[in-house]
Amino acid sequence: MTPLNHLRLLEAEAIHIMREVAAERSKPVLLFSGGKDSIVLVHLALKAFRPGRFPFPLMHVDTGHNFDEVIEFRDRMVESLGERLVVASVQESIDKGRVVEETGPRASRNRLQTVTLLDAIEEHEFDAAFGGARRDEERARAKERILSFRDDFGGWDPKNQRPELWNLYNARIRRGEHLRAFPLSNWTELDVWQYILEEGIEVPSIYLAHEREVFERDGMLYATSDFVERDERDGDPFRTSVRYRTVGDLSCTGAVASTAGTLEAVVDEIRATRVTERGETRADDRTSEAAMEERKVAGYF
Amino acid sequence: MSETVTETQLVRLATAGSVDDGKSTLIGRLMWDAKAILSDQEDDLRGRDGELDLSRLTDGLRAEREQGITIDVAYRYFATPRRRFILADTPGHVQYTRNMVTGASTADLAIVLVDARHGVVEQTRRHAFLASLLGIPHLVVAVNKMDLVDFAEERFDEIVRDFCAFRDRLAARDVAFVPISALRGDNVVDRSEAMPWYGGLALLEHLETVDVARDRNTTDLRFPVQYVIREGQSDFRGLAGSLASGTLRPGDAVRVLPSGVEATVAEVRTYDGPLEAAEPPMAVTVVLDRDVDASRGDVLVHADAGVEPVRELEADVCWFSDRPLTPRARLLLKHHTRTEPVLVDQLVDRVDVGTLDRAPAPAQLELNDIGRVRLRTRTPLVVDPYEANRAGGAFILVDEATNETVAGGMVR
Repeated sequence: MTPLNHLRLLEAEAIHIMREVAAERSKPVLLFSGGKDSIVLVHLALKAFRPGRFPFPLMHVDTGHNFDEVIEFRDRMVESLGERLVVASVQESIDKGRVVEETGPRASRNRLQTVTLLDAIEEHEFDAAFGGARRDEERARAKERILSFRDDFGGWDPKNQRPELWNLYNARIRRGEHLRAFPLSNWTELDVWQYILEEGIEVPSIYLAHEREVFERDGMLYATSDFVERDERDGDPFRTSVRYRTVGDLSCTGAVASTAGTLEAVVDEIRATRVTERGETRADDRTSEAAMEERKVAGYF
Repeated sequence: MSETVTETQLVRLATAGSVDDGKSTLIGRLMWDAKAILSDQEDDLRGRDGELDLSRLTDGLRAEREQGITIDVAYRYFATPRRRFILADTPGHVQYTRNMVTGASTADLAIVLVDARHGVVEQTRRHAFLASLLGIPHLVVAVNKMDLVDFAEERFDEIVRDFCAFRDRLAARDVAFVPISALRGDNVVDRSEAMPWYGGLALLEHLETVDVARDRNTTDLRFPVQYVIREGQSDFRGLAGSLASGTLRPGDAVRVLPSGVEATVAEVRTYDGPLEAAEPPMAVTVVLDRDVDASRGDVLVHADAGVEPVRELEADVCWFSDRPLTPRARLLLKHHTRTEPVLVDQLVDRVDVGTLDRAPAPAQLELNDIGRVRLRTRTPLVVDPYEANRAGGAFILVDEATNETVAGGMVR
């Protein structure tokens, strides 16, 4: 038999992890943002659990500052799957006074998501949350285990992680604690795109090149929208062909100039790029050298 | 399969080396030359003086950057047109042995770094032994800093001889030696002109060509049932799991262990359809020809394999906890998909990882100690000797009170 290629091996590993967590935890949830990584997670869940139903709902931590195309995609996908979607709303957290919204042109709801996420995990008593995070994204993530233990406060202690050997995952926790499970830990951005291409997985249209009104801020292209206030340092809006490498809050997610209108062209562009995904399009990682680590310690995914 | 997708093999690497052997530089060099470091990361790797510091790439935690040491395993990814590499960069400090074991447990190949000036030292033996204990089939001894010994062939030969002096105590089947200078890039990606006497492959060429496909055990069927998939309307009942070893085909007569019930495989399927055969580590769903009692934790083996579950076993364990392991300890053992209470009957010996000598009957095993133990489980387990079957011989021990993973174990 010919050896499995690298995508098949990564796929097998991810399915194994998903089944393991589903078997050992009583109330998991799959964090679904409508982005490519969580879409791949859902696809892998089909492979892991069909013809049965998913042993978990999907949960979208909704900042309220979304791309319309992503919400449309989310709802259509959940409908066609026949699975359950839980929406945890940052707007509701703001309304309840759980968090205070930042103001001004550089305001972002990204940081507020952590509180909404942890509140939802507590409210629904979820004991494990699947996330589409990959270790190649960021150097703090490169250090995280596939099953990441979170204490009562949802926090991550990078210096005291459980040893993780072979494919034998320790999913035991106490009440109030939970796990974050990252089946795509060993995938790179290129693997994700190659897999999407090979499997014919549908993604929101914003991942392919399209024309959009954008303005330049700190070297990144932001979509003009009701959620982002411009200031005098920002450039004037203009229309150009762009695509997105990540899907996040409109206030912190940049587009890249691109004419890649097909998945094949996207794969070629990703293969040739000289800038990382988060470096190119995520303002939230740029605030300090350890921005991601700090947020993760606080409970961010 | 799409034309744009290249058939690339996945290879898992682990590195080992003492603190100043130049491990970070080597990893940086490999990734740099494989163009896996992108421009924004490059900016990140420059210190205040603008000098490129490749070690910053692997030290992802704030505490590591502050202290300038590697605390935990970092996973790095790079690719050549033929292969995709997952590199577990493991800390060299003795006190982080458990993290090294974490990184090495899944590796196909380990790179052990030796400083050409210092030669084979205790850490070299320690790392080679750990790699061997964990059953890593391929070992590459990279003799680094050859530029600091004038690229002398005699020095390299001496180190090879010293290493080979204890080689027969290692289980690794395949050991290669490459003289390199990570700093200058000699024999890392391209063969070096500074060492014309060396006729072997450059390190990356070696990583690209070592035969890892043959390392899998494709003969002894072990299919641990991981998750039972049911679907009400069609009465579907499938046993989902990942093949640990062996090959599984429709029509195979299998036995469900530990119960011993026999059945025939009606179908091996995936979401994408039925398969003619499955091999490790594929994740599949098995449908049996009759309704037998099989659930998570059970293992399917070929009916004629003569495998019998056992309640007593001997194993080497690496102890990870600050609280020592003492005889009569009660723990949980996770093997395949089964977690069972286990009693530590006896501590047989403790290994001096510097000399590889075994001192009999220690009073306890302390943090990072490795030793042989005798265990008794509540329910019979379908275990294999680790040497013959890595997946079938591996287990972890968990402290039920704290839920800590306190040991990794290998059945002997």
